[in-house]
Amino acid sequence: MLEIHRLVQNKFLTKQLVAIFFAIFSICYLQAEGTEHGNEASSSTHSHGVTEETSHHDGAEASAHGAESKKFDAGKMIFDHISDAHDWHLFGEGESSVSIPLPVILYSQSSGLKIFSSSNFHHGHSPYEGFKLNEEGHVLWENESNTEAIYDLSLSKNVVAMIIAVIFLLVVVLRMSRHYTSTKGKAPKGFYNLIEPLILFIRDDIAKPSIGHRSMQFMPLLLTIFFFIFVVNLFGLIPIFPGGANVTGNIAVTMVLALVVFITVTINGNKYYWKHILMPDVPKWMYIIIIPIEILGVVLKPFVLMLRLFANITAGHIIILGFFSLIFIFGSMGPAFGYAVSPLSVVFTVFMSMLELLVAFLQAFVFTLLSAIYIGMAVEEHHH
Amino acid sequence: MQLVTPAIGLVFWMIVTFGIVLFILKKYAWKPILSSIEDREKTIHNALSQAEQAKQEMARLHGENEQLLAQARQERDAMLREAREMREKIVGEAKVSADEEAKKLITRATDEINKQKLAAMDELKKEVANFSIQIAEKLLADRLENNDVQQKLIANHLSKLTAKASA
Repeated sequence: MLEIHRLVQNKFLTKQLVAIFFAIFSICYLQAEGTEHGNEASSSTHSHGVTEETSHHDGAEASAHGAESKKFDAGKMIFDHISDAHDWHLFGEGESSVSIPLPVILYSQSSGLKIFSSSNFHHGHSPYEGFKLNEEGHVLWENESNTEAIYDLSLSKNVVAMIIAVIFLLVVVLRMSRHYTSTKGKAPKGFYNLIEPLILFIRDDIAKPSIGHRSMQFMPLLLTIFFFIFVVNLFGLIPIFPGGANVTGNIAVTMVLALVVFITVTINGNKYYWKHILMPDVPKWMYIIIIPIEILGVVLKPFVLMLRLFANITAGHIIILGFFSLIFIFGSMGPAFGYAVSPLSVVFTVFMSMLELLVAFLQAFVFTLLSAIYIGMAVEEHHH
Repeated sequence: MQLVTPAIGLVFWMIVTFGIVLFILKKYAWKPILSSIEDREKTIHNALSQAEQAKQEMARLHGENEQLLAQARQERDAMLREAREMREKIVGEAKVSADEEAKKLITRATDEINKQKLAAMDELKKEVANFSIQIAEKLLADRLENNDVQQKLIANHLSKLTAKASA
């Protein structure tokens, strides 16, 4: 009885999530398309030598098209903010921008391991040691005919942001652990009162109902996933230096998280789980349809986990940046328009930030819950 | 497309970072925290059940006390009643014995009085006889002619005297 109830609940939740996911993903997709158009636009203006960056090299043309060079490109700005970079942009535009240079680590067969500061690229204007930075922030060979693979293991903006968030998480949780071991059996105090309900929530409302008697075995993984996503999400909402990076909105990050879940499920799957996939209780002739579907399902579950987190967080960043862009888009029509729109923009952004705080928690919760459900499916004991 | 293409560098660093975080937190944070939370829950659970037990024990002791008190009260009542009965009995007995003693004394006194009275009567008879003889002697000294008549007369008088005395 309880199982049916749980199944219905899960189904309902999944449906809701799929709906939300599609809604947000479609927004994200539209935005991304807009961005690509923006990019095309920017690159086309680039080729005509109108943007500020090239204007320094082509002084004559720049002065001629000075007014046009100030034109604000929302798509490019947003895209720059949500994608990874080799330096941490703080403020300013073009040559006058101030950013923190980050180490570039490159490996290729011919050049071996190369480590140098990203400031050597001068924001992509100058090549360094045979490498150059393209428009999208990728490191390429200076000689474009060279097709040898470059493994870019740089400590990029997202990596550094992630490490900062992780250090924060480690400090907080390790201190909590020390506090708990030193005052065993006593009530927690202070900040730990905020963390403990989350731990209890994951244990009692996520792990135990989804996994059952083996839940304690997976608690460390679920807690790590939850707090990692939650803290990194929150850091992403801080607009200035230690935050602001779109880490959990990066497909590489969510892919690794989903991969961890996938590996855990595959390693811990019991015979009932594998039997359900490879020898389901259906007539033999249906195996031809069912088994591919089941195998697809196994891969699709972590895949959806990956996409959901990526899409939600990226969408949040895009929407907040979009509201800010409104000020400059209207501002480019005339300063008065910009000032008129700014209060509205600020109000919307505040609202969105509040919503993003909720989403930061919600996505961490959903990722953890669905991971727990997948693990639960894999370790469930059937008593026929 | 760039947005949905995972960058090899980020994947590498993410695996390294997440692996380290998972290892450190699992070993040094989640296990101690979870076990201490569980310990605390057990402690609280035990304390609550102990409190419940103590409450029951208290109720039991209270009932027992009440019972003891009631018993003591009953015993006291019984003792008081017994004492009262005893007192009444003793007083009654004393009364009876005193009555008997008094009666005895009275009878003894009456006997003594009777005896004394008889003795006094005897003495008085003797005195009277003596007086009578003395009178008679005096009379006889005067008239001793007819002794027989005289004797008869004397006896006659004496019997009258005796009757008078005994009356």
